[in-house]
Amino acid sequence: MSTPSSALPLPATAAGQTPRQIRSATTEPAWVRWSLIAVALAFLSLFLFVPLATVFFEAFKKGWDVYLAAITEPDALSAVKLTLIAAAISVPMNLVFGVAAAWTIAKFDFRGKNVLLTLIDLPFSVSPVISGLIYVLVFGLQGWFGETLRDHDVKIIFAVPGIVLATVFVTFPFVARELIPLMQAQGQEQEEAARVLGANGWQIFWRVTLPNVKWALLYGVILCNARAMGEFGAVSVVSGHVRGYTNTMPLHIEILYNEYQFAAAFAVASLLASLALVTLVLKYIVEQRVKAQKRVAGERH
Amino acid sequence: MFFSRTLLKRHSVLPGFDLALGFTLLYVSLLVLVPLSAAFLKTFTMTWDAFVVAVASPRVVASYRLTFGASLAAALLNTVFGLIVAWVLVRYEFPFKRLVDALVDLPFALPTAVAGIALTAIYAQNGWIGSLLPFKVSFTPFGVFIALVFIGLPFVVRTVQPVLEDVNHELEEAAATLGANRWQTFRHVVFPVVMPSLLTGFALAFARALGEYGSVIFIAGNMPMVSEITPLLIITKLEQYDYQGATAIAVVMLVISFVLLLLINALQTWARKRQGGV
Amino acid sequence: MRKTHKTAARRHALLALPALWLAAALPAPAWAADAPQTLLNVSYDVSREFYKQFNTAFIAHWKKTTGQDVTLNQSHGGSSAQARSVVEGLEADVITMNQANDIDILFDRAKLVPQDWAKRLPNNSAPSTSVSVILVRKGNPKNIRDWSDLGRPGVSVIIPNPKTSGNGRYTYLAAWGAAIQNGVNPDAAKALVRRIFTNVPVLDGGGRGATTSFAQRQLGDALVTFESEVPLIKREFGDSYEVVYPSRTILAENPVSVVDKVVDKKGTRKVAEAYLNYLYSEEGQEIAAKLHLRPRSAKVQARYAKDFPKVETFTVDQVFGGWKKAQADHFADGANYDQIVASIKR
Repeated sequence: MSTPSSALPLPATAAGQTPRQIRSATTEPAWVRWSLIAVALAFLSLFLFVPLATVFFEAFKKGWDVYLAAITEPDALSAVKLTLIAAAISVPMNLVFGVAAAWTIAKFDFRGKNVLLTLIDLPFSVSPVISGLIYVLVFGLQGWFGETLRDHDVKIIFAVPGIVLATVFVTFPFVARELIPLMQAQGQEQEEAARVLGANGWQIFWRVTLPNVKWALLYGVILCNARAMGEFGAVSVVSGHVRGYTNTMPLHIEILYNEYQFAAAFAVASLLASLALVTLVLKYIVEQRVKAQKRVAGERH
Repeated sequence: MFFSRTLLKRHSVLPGFDLALGFTLLYVSLLVLVPLSAAFLKTFTMTWDAFVVAVASPRVVASYRLTFGASLAAALLNTVFGLIVAWVLVRYEFPFKRLVDALVDLPFALPTAVAGIALTAIYAQNGWIGSLLPFKVSFTPFGVFIALVFIGLPFVVRTVQPVLEDVNHELEEAAATLGANRWQTFRHVVFPVVMPSLLTGFALAFARALGEYGSVIFIAGNMPMVSEITPLLIITKLEQYDYQGATAIAVVMLVISFVLLLLINALQTWARKRQGGV
Repeated sequence: MRKTHKTAARRHALLALPALWLAAALPAPAWAADAPQTLLNVSYDVSREFYKQFNTAFIAHWKKTTGQDVTLNQSHGGSSAQARSVVEGLEADVITMNQANDIDILFDRAKLVPQDWAKRLPNNSAPSTSVSVILVRKGNPKNIRDWSDLGRPGVSVIIPNPKTSGNGRYTYLAAWGAAIQNGVNPDAAKALVRRIFTNVPVLDGGGRGATTSFAQRQLGDALVTFESEVPLIKREFGDSYEVVYPSRTILAENPVSVVDKVVDKKGTRKVAEAYLNYLYSEEGQEIAAKLHLRPRSAKVQARYAKDFPKVETFTVDQVFGGWKKAQADHFADGANYDQIVASIKR
């Protein structure tokens, strides 16, 4: 990661000492290094590793049988199914949106670009409680469209569509946010060259732009998916908590917790934690490729 | 056609502007703007006095103090330690470094509710860490602080890391040849370079902490005037069928989030320009 | 720009995703409108175990008497949140709460039930009741015997948040009401309740959360909860607790009602009414008693007398003039509870 100082021409001095001398001018003494590492690891342990370990420890506290029973119980399975459905709908939607938004913002210069950028970022910092509340205000019986929807027997709030909407809202910016900086760094030259050579819009997009950003795209999709599966606050407000039908995995965890089935709650939680770990592994791999792409993009300018 | 003619600052040969922008605007409007406006519209049905009562009553103000106070403190702690973690990850080698690096993103990927119950369990009086501490953590404002540190952790680290990686070693070497020790080099050469990203990371962690609900609600004591977070008050108002009160508080939080976001974007633009970017 | 077939196809593909989402909205999910023999019971937090057993019994009974199959779906949560969901459109066929207030809301806010819903079934539409009791650590080291002991300095009490939990509201009213019944004036009652809440270290959202704090997290010297919760607590957390019955306590009536607008629209009135009536049947009352809810039926009461010690009770109607008045006087914004909380210096 750090560029080695040996890139510089080494002045000639006594045998074998030069590389270490130069390195020590730009590195801290060993005791500083190891103290900082210790501090960093202590901080991370306290706030990161211990909670993660706790999830798995508590999940298996009552043994493998209880663990398996917890994750194969019918309500738990419906929760898993609902979580997967919500993610399967919201992630592609946000993917298409993210690509469209990134194309607009990165490849063109227009008035109001900053406003659009801020609007796209907005759901990221809105409290999940508010995210759920606004959909209740629009689609609930006391809200704008509630009566009309009920008369036509269309269920949005307290049913799957409401959960999907809330999930879409909170995961909205992820893909866009990953693509925009990269596409901005890459510029428009390649696309313009393709245009000059006679490609139409879709060809430019599929053959030039997309291959350049595929890793960042994947990165955004992975993050979007993790968040979609784990969202709690917003979904809790719009869910209705009907057992076996409108409970996602995070809500099911809350239910188990409230029934004092702590091992079971942590068992389901461990599923999500495992997903999180898989997400991290994938993300790490993808991240290396993104860095490589950025470096290449940077070198082009 | 419409968008190209009115909004584009310079003519572009690339196609798809109208379609892409049209779709983007439609999506943003339907999914974000229209629902958010429902909150604002509901609030506008209140009189000014009623609005002030809803957002400025002592209990609500106490919750702002906790929410903003704990978020600020958590973001500050994350800034300091985030810098250390980023430094350690970029500059040093140690066993399991790659694993640690990957795990930094755990708060992004782990569901908030799971984080909440795990942290509550650990820091309770009879929990692993809680039993070792002489003071109470779970169900106090300090517990809220801990939860917020957890969820804000990756922001500073991930914003600072790429910048640290790009720091020009030649500058550090030049400083060394001019007689600076490591601390001076860090303070005068490296730190100014990473400062903008540090600020951005801090702002992001702060913004995220403000709205957080799922991970905090289990560990907070929810004692009025002491350990109630603002999102909980929104829920409490809803439970009393006080929709206007709930949206009033929501609007206050939304406006503050929006302002913070504008600041972040401005900071990022300033940082990019300072680095010689565009 | 020449549009090719491929371009058009791709544009249609782009539009397909929102359409997919819309498609998920349109057909009503299986648990609601289509199948007329599906009931949704929206209930409060701690009634889970009861309805698990009762539903099984009712399904068997309905099949035997009418030959029809009926499916029962349950939703549980904090009582106010649940009532609010129904007001906002959650299509409950029946609502089974632990305070009349939460069903009154259905009339006040959305006219989903008639104003006199409570008169339609016996005993104020409450087939079972419970009482607020105090749970203490084994051996009762702090010697807690009555409500006033909870207000002693040095005692720590766990009570769920009265703003979000029916359980919490009942506790508040129990302490207040017991004082009034003992001849104390309202100001002194308020002072007692204030002393009690000064001793509360954490306000969980619901009864279950409070129990977790007390039993799992070992917080507090005492927990105030419903009598019906005690066996479950003992089962899950072991026998390290004792139940203390105060001198007087509040009778928590658990009212039930069909949600008229919903059952008429879905055509499920007959099943829904039969479902609620079955709560009063001997089998229904028996299940209630087994799960430690006080039954209304004298016959079942006699059979389970040893589980339900005699204790002097009063109702919300008797002491507080009904739930509407209690809500306005105590739990509305700025009312007594808010005043108490604001005055506690921490």
